[in-house]
Amino acid sequence: MQQDFHMENFRRRSRYLLVFLVLTAAFLAITVLNINTGNVDISVSEILRILFKGTENTTEYNIIWKIRLPRILMAAILGGALSLSGFLLQTFFENPIAGPFVLGISSGAKMVVALVMIYFLEKFKVVSSYTLIIAAFIGSLLTIGFILLFSRRIHHMATLLVAGIMVGYICSAVTDFVVTFAEDSDIVNLHGWSQGSFSGMSWNNVAVAAVVVGITVLITFLFSKPIGAYQLGEAYAQSMGVNIKAFRVALILLSSILSACVTAFAGPISFLGIAVPYLIKRCLNTSRPLVVIPGTFLGGAVFCMLCDLIARTAFAPMELNISTVTSIFGAPIVIFMMLKRQKGMQ
Amino acid sequence: MADYYLKMEHLAVGYGGKPLIRDINIGIDKGEIVTLIGPNGSGKSTILKSITKQLKLVGGVVVFDQKSIGDMSYKALSTRMAVVLTERMKPELMTCHDIVATGRYPYTGRLGILSREDEEKVEAAMRAVHAEELGGRDFNNISDGQRQRVLLARAICQEPELIILDEPTSFLDIRHKLELLSILRTMAKQKQITVVMSLHEIDLAQKISDKILCVKGEFISHYGRPEEIFEEQTIKELYEIDNGYFDPCFGSIELPKPVGEPRILVLSSCGTGIPVYRRLQKEQVPFAAAILYKNDIDYRLARLLASETVAEEPFREISEESFARAMALIQSCERVIDAGVTVGDCNRRMEELLEAARLAGKLLEA
Repeated sequence: MQQDFHMENFRRRSRYLLVFLVLTAAFLAITVLNINTGNVDISVSEILRILFKGTENTTEYNIIWKIRLPRILMAAILGGALSLSGFLLQTFFENPIAGPFVLGISSGAKMVVALVMIYFLEKFKVVSSYTLIIAAFIGSLLTIGFILLFSRRIHHMATLLVAGIMVGYICSAVTDFVVTFAEDSDIVNLHGWSQGSFSGMSWNNVAVAAVVVGITVLITFLFSKPIGAYQLGEAYAQSMGVNIKAFRVALILLSSILSACVTAFAGPISFLGIAVPYLIKRCLNTSRPLVVIPGTFLGGAVFCMLCDLIARTAFAPMELNISTVTSIFGAPIVIFMMLKRQKGMQ
Repeated sequence: MADYYLKMEHLAVGYGGKPLIRDINIGIDKGEIVTLIGPNGSGKSTILKSITKQLKLVGGVVVFDQKSIGDMSYKALSTRMAVVLTERMKPELMTCHDIVATGRYPYTGRLGILSREDEEKVEAAMRAVHAEELGGRDFNNISDGQRQRVLLARAICQEPELIILDEPTSFLDIRHKLELLSILRTMAKQKQITVVMSLHEIDLAQKISDKILCVKGEFISHYGRPEEIFEEQTIKELYEIDNGYFDPCFGSIELPKPVGEPRILVLSSCGTGIPVYRRLQKEQVPFAAAILYKNDIDYRLARLLASETVAEEPFREISEESFARAMALIQSCERVIDAGVTVGDCNRRMEELLEAARLAGKLLEA
């Protein structure tokens, strides 16, 4: 019997390793693909030469360094952050269909960012990345606060989701209203952003996002033990020594920072936060946070980069909204999940 | 009260600061099994949740090994107290082995990775509840009985000194109930683990517990050893049963007796009457039983089911009075059933009764 468990452990670890290897390979492949496709095709050997040798000031050099690379990295960082934020919210609400977009958190963040952006552009002509992140963070917390207030009264999960979607609509309506009456010069910026897009990312953006997301992901990873306990339910987690009140606050803050960062830079992106954690858990065949957290981050990065590639190239030179692409892939997965859940209940 | 291992002093429990049950004063020794019994909604779970610190105490203290649980952190409690709750756990993609392993949580490091020693303890716990074969199964795809055993293994592997279980036997069939309780019994005696739990099955509570706590709404109606608690009257009051009957000797419960004048007389001894009583009870035919010695097993049931029981003190010869009463019953009843009577030196007169019934043309063989 004992031997069986050790074999089982070995099998599991091999599976984790395999999944991570595949994800890493996919990550690298998509990165390369992402760099070399576009309006200007650049061959792989050219890419390597530009990246490592650095022949400056050619058009290709500028395209890669100033446009494609920051955009790719941003898609990776934010895709990972959004997926992880979804995983945390699902843990918190004990509901696999919870996510920043569905619960209206992204829209709440978007609304506050739009307001702040218009105000700042009018007054100071500039708005820093940090200001936007803080604005998005406040927006996220406001919406989550509202949802929590609501969930205290209503324990039914479907109702909670409907409430989230309604909040999302209200916030989007306010955002549209503000955008409509904004100055012409702001509109171009705001419009593209409020639909969700990775275009026009600067290295400065990348650096800020990398620092904020990097730290948050690290802290989240260190929380994997209590998150694992929480998956058994609040009462059991408490009996295992988790300080539930503090833990719940931490969970909300972490997921808000992550989704706020995404909204601040790329606008709202749909379904990524639900689909990726689900797929990753199935692939790893576990819900153990210790592997699911890094897995979800990496998986989200790959998924988001792929979607961005499609958004960029499918109808080039026209560019699709990132949400258009993530919805096409993400929504069917969510429907599939619900069907499966329904079946499991019977 | 001073040297009890777990004690509750003037404890008041309830929700939102409103006391549901007041003034609970009990002491529990190390290694004892204490069972909370009482009707649904009487507050058994509320008491258990207060001991585990899931609920804030409304008043009083719970002292665990000389320390108030209010002063102990969840972390400090987690290595000493384990729980098995009624809430359905719905983990995602976790095997039974994973669930049991979560019991090691308080002992693992920052990232919760199990050491070889932890793994061995998980396996030992699985063995203790006879669940070795469940290790690789998905926790969501096992039966209720298996689930309870896995949860118990999880609690055991937390290496607690105190285990709190909220209705661990609900949803289990009789075999699994017995299995679970005997595991608890073994654990309490061998490892000196204190067990506090709630049970619906009063018969089982009587058999497994060292002490019984009767919870009835606002107060604790009784607390003590099962032999003190399991009086017919106590149980009847606790559950407010007025239409059913409880036998404290075996912890068995009976449906109410048929009402009315006895229509049938059952003559029996040494347990032969029991199946006949049950059949008559189901047919709702009022009956009398005669002549039973008070140490006869038939007497224990006749007492609860028969409209009238003619009884005799053990090992005495049948008295004139009892005999006359039995004869009168033969006259008044429509039928007399001979369920099988063993006749010895003391109860020779039973033969006379049988003969009288035969002559009256009322005797039926069972």
